[in-house]
Formats: sequence, C-alpha cells, structure tokens
Amino acid sequence: MREPRVLTAAEAILEAQDQALAADPAVFLMGEGAADPKGIFGTTAGLVDKYGPARVMEMPVSENGFTGIAVGAALMGRRPVVIHQRVEFCLLAMEQLFGNAAKAHYVSDGRHRAPLVVRLVAGRGWGQGPQHGQVLENLFALVPGLKLVLPAGPADAKGMLLAAIADDNPVIFLEHRWVHYVSGEVPEAPLPAPLDGPRRILAGGDVTVVAASYMTLETRHAAAALAAEGVAVDLFDLRVARPLVTDAIQESVRRTGRLLVVDTGWKTFGLGAEIVARVTESCFADMAAPPRRVGLPDHPTPSSRALAEAYYPRAEHVAGAIGALVGLPDARVAAVHATLAAERRQVPLDIPHPSFKGPF
Amino acid sequence: MNPAREPSDQELRDLYRAMLRIRLIEEEIAARYAEQEMRCPVHLSVGQEAAAVGACAALRPADQITSSHRCHGHYLAKGGDLRAMLAEIYGKAAGCCGGRGGSMHLFDPDAGVLASVPIVASSVPLAVGAALAFQQRAEDGVAVAFLGDGSLEEGVTHESLNFASRFHLPVVFFVENNFFSVYTPLDQRQPARPLAALAAAHGMPALEADGNDVLAVLKATKEAVADARAGAGPTLIVAETYRWREHCGPNYDNDLGYRTEDEFLAWKARDPVAAFAARLSELGAMTDTDSDAMAGAIGAEIDAAFGFAKAAPFPDGATAAERVYA
Repeated sequence: MREPRVLTAAEAILEAQDQALAADPAVFLMGEGAADPKGIFGTTAGLVDKYGPARVMEMPVSENGFTGIAVGAALMGRRPVVIHQRVEFCLLAMEQLFGNAAKAHYVSDGRHRAPLVVRLVAGRGWGQGPQHGQVLENLFALVPGLKLVLPAGPADAKGMLLAAIADDNPVIFLEHRWVHYVSGEVPEAPLPAPLDGPRRILAGGDVTVVAASYMTLETRHAAAALAAEGVAVDLFDLRVARPLVTDAIQESVRRTGRLLVVDTGWKTFGLGAEIVARVTESCFADMAAPPRRVGLPDHPTPSSRALAEAYYPRAEHVAGAIGALVGLPDARVAAVHATLAAERRQVPLDIPHPSFKGPF
Repeated sequence: MNPAREPSDQELRDLYRAMLRIRLIEEEIAARYAEQEMRCPVHLSVGQEAAAVGACAALRPADQITSSHRCHGHYLAKGGDLRAMLAEIYGKAAGCCGGRGGSMHLFDPDAGVLASVPIVASSVPLAVGAALAFQQRAEDGVAVAFLGDGSLEEGVTHESLNFASRFHLPVVFFVENNFFSVYTPLDQRQPARPLAALAAAHGMPALEADGNDVLAVLKATKEAVADARAGAGPTLIVAETYRWREHCGPNYDNDLGYRTEDEFLAWKARDPVAAFAARLSELGAMTDTDSDAMAGAIGAEIDAAFGFAKAAPFPDGATAAERVYA
C-alpha cells in the first residue's frame, strides 16, 4: 500500500505557491521577507532561487504602498500574492484593501477584476503579545468584495491557496501560525479546493459545532473526548468566512437543535456572533437550547504565558461548552475537562498541542 | 501655416480644443447642477485644464493614468468617454461605473483611465502597480499618477515614490499644486520647501512646469515619459495651478474667506485656456473663426451628451447587489 504523502501546512503553502508560480507567469509574490533567508516561516523558502527576484519580490517596509501596487498590477491582469508575517502589519494596508481591492469589481460595474491574494500569518505563543498575536478575522470578514479564507489543515492550506490564486477576486488567506505546524496528507497535484464554504468534518446528531482556523483543531480534540462520553458532534470547519455560506449549518441545527461556534477572535462582535445570529434567525423554532460561542475575552493578548493561559480557550473549554449545550451531567463534563487539561499540560501552553502534528 | 513648428499648428489647436472642451463641460455641469439631477458630489477642475491636457498629450492610448476625486479633466484629457462620464454623474446605467461610482470614480479601460479614487493619494500606488505590470510584461507602457499637493502629505505617496524608484518603474508622478486641500492652504500643512525637492529624497529626478501653460506641461511630461519608456525610471513633476471654484460643488466660494479675492483674480487673469488662445492667435496658428467653430462643435457635443445622460435609464434597483464578486 502506498504511503500517505504527509506535509505540514507550511510545506503545503510553499508547494501551492511553487506550483502556481510554475503554472502561470502572471503570478508573483510580494512580501517583507519573501526572499529573505527564513522565507516567511519557510513558506517561501527557496522560491527566489527558483523564480528570481522579479517574481519573488522582497518588499520595502511599505505595507499600504505595496498592497496598493499589488491592486494596481492586479487591475492590469497580474496575479500578485502579498504576504504579511503578522496580521498586524496588514492593518497599515486596510485603506487599500477596503477601498480599492474590495470595490474594484463592484464600482467598475464588473469591468475591473482584482485577482489579489493577501496571505496573513496570525501569531500565537511564545509571548507574541498584544501586537503580534491578533487574528482579527472578523475585521477582514467585514467588507463585501473581499473573500476570507481560513485554512485549518495542510490539504486545505494547499488547495484553498491554489484556488485563491486562481480566483478573480481579492482573497484574504488567513494562516494561523499554529496551523502551520499541522501535518497531514496532501496530494502532490495542484488541485484547487473550492472556496465554497464550510465542510462537515465529523458527523453527529447531538450538537452542531462550527469552528474556524486553528480552533477547528482544538474543537476536533474536544469532540473526540466527548465521543467517549456518548456525545456525537456534527462538526463543521468554516473554511470560508466571506462569502458566508450557512446552508449546511442551518440544516444541521434543524436536526440537532443545538449550536456552538468556536473562533480565534474576540467573542464580542466575532464570527461566532454573526453565525449564531444568522442561524438563529432561520432556525429559532428548531433550537432546543440557546446557541453558544467560544471566543477570546475582551482584553488584548498578554505576552506572559502566565497571563495567556487564561486568555486562550482550549479543547477543554470547548468541551465544557458542548457539554453544557447537550446537558451532559456536570460530573462527566468535569471528567472530560480534566482529561483534556491533563493531556494539554504535557507540553507548555505557549507552544502547539503535540496531537496536532499527526495526520488526521 | 508653419509645418516646421513643433508642436505643429494642428497639434496646438488640438491642445486648445482639449482644454476648451474640459472647460465648457465643467461649466455646463456647474450651470446645470442646481437642477438637482446630478445627485453626487462634483469636484470641478476649472482653472486647472492645462495640467490635465498637457500631461495626457504626452501619452499613448495604451498608457494608463490614475486620478483623484477631482478627476473630470484627467478622464477627458486621456480620452475618456464624455457620455459615459455624464451618465455616471446622473446616476444612470450607461455611466462608466453603471451608476455605482459617481463623479469621483471615473474610469475608462478603453482609454487608459485605470481608476479615480476619492481618498487622497489612494490611487497613487495603483499607478505604480500599472507600471509594475508594464515592466513585468516587458511592454513599453507608462503610467501617470495625477495627485494634488495634499497627496504629498500622505504616507502612501512616499511609499509609492520609494517603490517606483527602487524598481525603476515606468511611472510619472504628476503633482498639480493648487495650493489648497479643501479650504486649508499649503503653508498651514507643509513646511516651506519646494515640493519638487521631495524627488531627490526618493532618488528620482524632478521637473517643474507652469501648470497653467499647456506647452510647458507637455514639454516636461514628454521628457519624463520618454525616460520612463526608456527604462530610466520614474520622475516627479510639479505644476502649480489654481482651483477657481469651490472644493466640492458648482459655486465660487471666495466669500468663505479662506483665500483673498485678489489672489483668486490674479490666477483668473492667468486663465490657461484664454491665455493659450491668445498665444495661438499671436502665432497665427488659430483664427477667431477657428476657435468659434471649435466652441460651436464642442457645444453641440456637450448638448448631445447631456441630452443622452438625462434621457438614459437608471439602473434597475434590483441589480444593486450584483457584481460584488467576479
């Protein structure tokens, strides 16, 4: 039997860009560090040697400027991939993204296209702190005209990045740094994964759970522990936050009567708020319990691992929320919580959970 | 007739005609604005026609320009479609943006008007991106970013200058210094130093031209465009000119007191259109009969275009949610 071809998500992202550069001369990369010796956490490693500095462009420290330049080139038919090593660097470029990229097709009545990809890396762990640890997915999900893609594993990281590069719209490709470490089977062929919305990754009839980006992994872990307690989770990986497609989630909630949304941002005004609102508007009569959200508390990301421990929800917190939704007795919720917490304590909380390394 | 003259008499008349046309179109917008059928902001460039026309006369159809909220003159000078412009201002389906942009978003891909953006300096990097596309495709196209004095206070302008210089891109940064950002004069916003001096900081040449002299603007832009086309990189051009009417709208606004009537009258006495007509007359390149015929033909074109725009159907309201995504 053939051995599975296992890559980390970071390797899958590198492979997607390599194949896109090889396939289409209009594709080029622009980023602070895109051509440096570390190559954006290895995700651009070696590409400048293969394709040259005109296609793997090292950038001046001018985020708004080179984003606008990428938009201008895209309007002329090029396919730039802009890369930021931290989400926060892109805050300097929101004017070009929200103004010119998001509106080019609409305001031109469909005559302009802006086939632009913006790769954002969200930091977490090792004390990233208030301005290197924000994901801000809700901010990038806010504006019509942008697409927002949130890969949770290596196969989607490759497939959705290929699809994003081939897409004629501006696509924000938001990579959680801890997703970079996740490994799994990835096909070698350059197969785009459609940017068409959530995917059911576990089938169950007790509760509908929607998770996004890295929190999909924590939630999968929680669901596995709950399965041992007889709780069957219908788990969706959100994948694409804009355009937001909730049909399958609504269908699921009509069956389970219960909804939990788990995302990587602040709970207040987060993706969870929008998804809960949208699903509740159409499924209220089917709901057996108030919908719930798991997200970050309303304060900035602290640097110290002692402070960050209370900041980031983990699998045990997700399990607690699911347990409360389905009415699992407190003692059994506490047992699941204790098991998950004990597993997690095997490694420091400021580095990724070791269970996320293996293929799923 | 003097065939040896450069530009030729015909070229001189074409420059005059282009300026007069923009003037008459914008004056007609001002005259009709009170009808309240053009229901979007309009930022008229009356008084600044020589800059737009002189710069665009140095360009080929496939070259690209970008502009700002005050984009009518640039759009028309580059060959943008008049009927599509007026229909856009009237909010009609036949508008260049299908009624989705209004006066501040004029563009015409067939004429090389890439985009107009009403956020100060926001379109400057778009021009640099167009120049990058030309360079990547090994084409000899040139991009021109039209920007105002206020744009030189924006970070993204300097980021764009730095980038264009670093990568030797075929782009010209054409600054129309009309001395005001809305009602705030330049000396309240910037230190006393020549705007053109900023070019040296970004490692590129600067040219200065009288922004009310279409031939001076044409000469400077031709030089910058030739350099850009030859691969010598970007140039910053600074042209001083003056906005006659209010920042936004059809009226004169000297009563607000942000500038003196004397200053306004001094600039008005240097009317770029009238001054060029007098010059062509002196040169024997244009007779009164020529200019009258020109004004008559332009007037007929404008009447027809307004008639088209007013009669054109509005877009179907049900289509407002369409074309968010390609």
